[in-house]
Amino acid sequence: MESINHWILTIILLTPLAGAILLSLLPERDGSKLHAVSALAITLLTFLFTLHLPSHYNYAASGFQFEQNVSWIASPSIRYHLGVDGLSVWLIVLAGILAPIGVLTSWNTIKSRSKLFYTLFLLQQVAMLGIFVALDLFLYYGFWELSLVPMALLIATFGRTENRRKAAIKFFLFAFIPSALLLVGMIWLYNRTGTFDLPVLTQLAAQHAISPSAHALWWCALAFLVAFAVKVPIFPLHGWLSDAVQEAPTAAVMVLAGKLGLYSILRFSFGIFPDQSHAIAPLLIALGAIGIVYGALLALVQTDLKKLAAFSTLSHVSFIVLGAFSFTVLSLNGSVYQILNESLIGAALFTLLGLLYERYGTYDMRDYGGLATKHPWMVTMFVIMSLAAAGLPLMNGFVGEFLILSGTMHSLVDHHILWCILGTTGVIFGAAYMLTMIQRIFYGSLGRRSTEVAGWDLTSREHLELWPLALLFLIMGVASPYWMKAIDTYATQTMHQPQKLFSSDTKQMETTTYSSSVPVKMPVAASEEVR
Amino acid sequence: MSPNLFALLPEIVLTIAGVLVMVAEPLLPAQSSRKPLGWLAILGTALSAVAAFIQHRAVDAAGAPMMGFYRTIQIDNLSVFFHLLIASIVLVVLLASLDYFEGPVSHAGEYYALLCFGATGMMLMSCSVELLMVFIGLEISSISTYILAGFRKGQATASESALKYFLLGSFATAFTLYGIALAFGATGSTSIAVLATMLHSSNTPLIARLAVAMMLIGMGFKVSAAPFHVWTPDVYQGAPSPVVAMMSTAPKAAVYAVLLRLLFNGAPQLRGEWLVLIQFFAVLSMFIGNLGALLQKDVKRMLAYSSIAHAGYLLTAFASFQQDAVAAACFYTAAYASMNVGAFLVLTQLTGYNENLRTLNDYTGVARKRPLLSALLGFFLLSMIGIPFTAGFFAKFYAFSAALRGGFSWLVILGLLNSGFACFYYLRLLIALYSSPASEIAEPSSTRPSIAATLALAACALATVGLGIMPGRLLHLLQRSAPITLQEQPGNSASLQ
Repeated sequence: MESINHWILTIILLTPLAGAILLSLLPERDGSKLHAVSALAITLLTFLFTLHLPSHYNYAASGFQFEQNVSWIASPSIRYHLGVDGLSVWLIVLAGILAPIGVLTSWNTIKSRSKLFYTLFLLQQVAMLGIFVALDLFLYYGFWELSLVPMALLIATFGRTENRRKAAIKFFLFAFIPSALLLVGMIWLYNRTGTFDLPVLTQLAAQHAISPSAHALWWCALAFLVAFAVKVPIFPLHGWLSDAVQEAPTAAVMVLAGKLGLYSILRFSFGIFPDQSHAIAPLLIALGAIGIVYGALLALVQTDLKKLAAFSTLSHVSFIVLGAFSFTVLSLNGSVYQILNESLIGAALFTLLGLLYERYGTYDMRDYGGLATKHPWMVTMFVIMSLAAAGLPLMNGFVGEFLILSGTMHSLVDHHILWCILGTTGVIFGAAYMLTMIQRIFYGSLGRRSTEVAGWDLTSREHLELWPLALLFLIMGVASPYWMKAIDTYATQTMHQPQKLFSSDTKQMETTTYSSSVPVKMPVAASEEVR
Repeated sequence: MSPNLFALLPEIVLTIAGVLVMVAEPLLPAQSSRKPLGWLAILGTALSAVAAFIQHRAVDAAGAPMMGFYRTIQIDNLSVFFHLLIASIVLVVLLASLDYFEGPVSHAGEYYALLCFGATGMMLMSCSVELLMVFIGLEISSISTYILAGFRKGQATASESALKYFLLGSFATAFTLYGIALAFGATGSTSIAVLATMLHSSNTPLIARLAVAMMLIGMGFKVSAAPFHVWTPDVYQGAPSPVVAMMSTAPKAAVYAVLLRLLFNGAPQLRGEWLVLIQFFAVLSMFIGNLGALLQKDVKRMLAYSSIAHAGYLLTAFASFQQDAVAAACFYTAAYASMNVGAFLVLTQLTGYNENLRTLNDYTGVARKRPLLSALLGFFLLSMIGIPFTAGFFAKFYAFSAALRGGFSWLVILGLLNSGFACFYYLRLLIALYSSPASEIAEPSSTRPSIAATLALAACALATVGLGIMPGRLLHLLQRSAPITLQEQPGNSASLQ
């Protein structure tokens, strides 16, 4: 067992990689499902391996587990250092489960060049998993850049409209140019400290031993933050999102926004630059709150379903930004949890939109209407998904948003209360645009396309990709402690770094809070610990 | 073996191979295949690589550089590295062009001989520590390359290419020669070692500074650094693709070797002056190269501008005056050679002798017809962008870290922003390869690559991956070779950090 625990992360990385190589060698014939079937098998296998992590995770311990740490390149000192902690353990499982769902959604939509599609899709998964497990900054950067290439090619090759090449290049440039600055920051850090190893850097940062020059450290922290913020995207750096979402095939959209950038902020910005992150938090909280409302308002006025989904994504990730930069254990827990929720809900939303497009060939809301009688199962799924997205109690979205908002409220009450209130209105707008969308598609008088095209209700394959998500929404809504016990180790540890004073206190408060989903009077001191 | 002969062993082997090819060419019947001559040249190149390796062993055993021919030739690990690099480039190009010249060309023997002679000149440059010797090597390599550039006789672009390269190249060579003359006037010697001691005195004559500047202009032309880059796009466009693969990498590598010796060994006292010029060249090359490439529709011209940009990235490494700068610059030449030779050899395979694929539009959708070659080209393009786990990434990484350690953060930020712009045009080509074809006019050549060409492509790909995954080995070797080149200059290399 020990050796499995030691190698499991490498195995998780290698399975899709080997799969991608295997797929590229399989012969391609038009109409054959060979590649889809193999990709499904590989992604399911990977998912199975990722499940090993939570089942063998030691919830009592903090710090990294399943570590593998060997020297890779001597000069500069780069290590093959993988590890998992409470932040990443469920994100890896998330990446694991999204992949088979992505393959299933592409089952019929990818008719030609399936070899290229699934090969790129698996490579994309390797990069994503790599980002979540890499603890060496350099290794991480490698996977980070690697994640851009398959995505750009997927958008450029399998995009929906003629605009796809432009969208792909826009996506790539938006992500690549800031990450060039990230690289400068990394090299600068390396020249200062002689290491790329994240745990070492975190330790040095906690001792304020990275650089005597606060000025230079600030620039470095900004380079990191901007690179991540573009990828999230944080308002106002979201210029690429709408185009990329419009073009990208469903399976690629699911992994386009949100988790990679947010994880990187939580892991690297907070880990290496805790002081700077705290100092810049007011700005990010403001941007988060503005992003919530801005995204939701834009989503409200869209007639194009994909654009609506893109702006709803912006609104949802802004919630997470708001929570993360509030720096309370509560809101950090909520943020990490909400990353999972946002990704799953987004996956369901984009899958459902893809199903509509598959049947009716349009994303224009005005062409739909009155579909509820034709597709009873589909409307059920749409309603479940949108209630989860809108944050109905008992659904997963509620837990995340509630923790984020109450955490934000508690943190530094005097400064952030207005932003918190502004952000909370986003919940209302969120429900508004989701329900408006359902009303326009499924109810009212029959639309043009709804009458012209016959359409069909969910097939068994589509049931298979949607039910797991729907069940997860409910389970994660009522049994959140199961996930929280891992996430909480990360949140409490992060909050300890600046000050160790309130450790037992916050821990205790935390366990009662999230499980009951009832706000507990929080000691004011605990929220003051940020400063 | 006499030490003099031993010092020039790789060059001698190559010269013999070239002469044999020349002699054998008329003996073959007019219509018969010229492949045996190609194999002869390949054998000669391989043997010269072996000779360079023997030199490496001898230098390692002796623990000190070996001198020959009245201290004009120096064999140390640096020159061995460049010998091996040049031999590998020429070897790969020879392998890939065996079939390229079958059929349409009846004078392919010249081609093989000229490649051998060119490589001889380049190798001579990389091991000379005397300026006139450098000049002789430069001339041998340049004249061979001028002829090679116009090798597709009968095509207007080829003649333009050769003539332009020849006229501008001679002009640049004249600058170099003038610089050497001035250096002789200033110091009374053309030996780099003497130059260093003579320039030690505090009042350096203006004429010596002028000499270094003149030589920099000549060398800048050869490495196609802006503002001496104007020839590059036209020449690359007109020259045969395998020749471009060679001339965009091997002569440049040789010139970088000379630059390293001249600037770091010969003129460290003038560092304040030449550093300004080098920075100017670097920044200008990056911007002109990348912005120029953005505007290009022709793929070969685009790659020409990209090579200007790469010269700029490489020159940033010179900003640091420490061992790692030498290692970084050498690493860059090797990495750039592996990916650029690879890219041009893929173009050779895709377009054939007639080069019927020219513009970006012609390359649209090629991946459907030639999936493997397209994937390979895509990989080399990614390496040029600088995606991690490829040679191009570590090349830039080492060059920029060297500059950063030298205290030139602004140069690094400019460089990295430039690699941001650069990814646009590489990516445009990459995405075009994988898009649906826009026009059906141009067809990629459908001949399968021969075994030799496959071998050449595989070697480039392996080198690009190898340097991307395990750069440590080569870098370690280079760092070991660097101290011999670099004399300690406590005053100048004072850590800026």
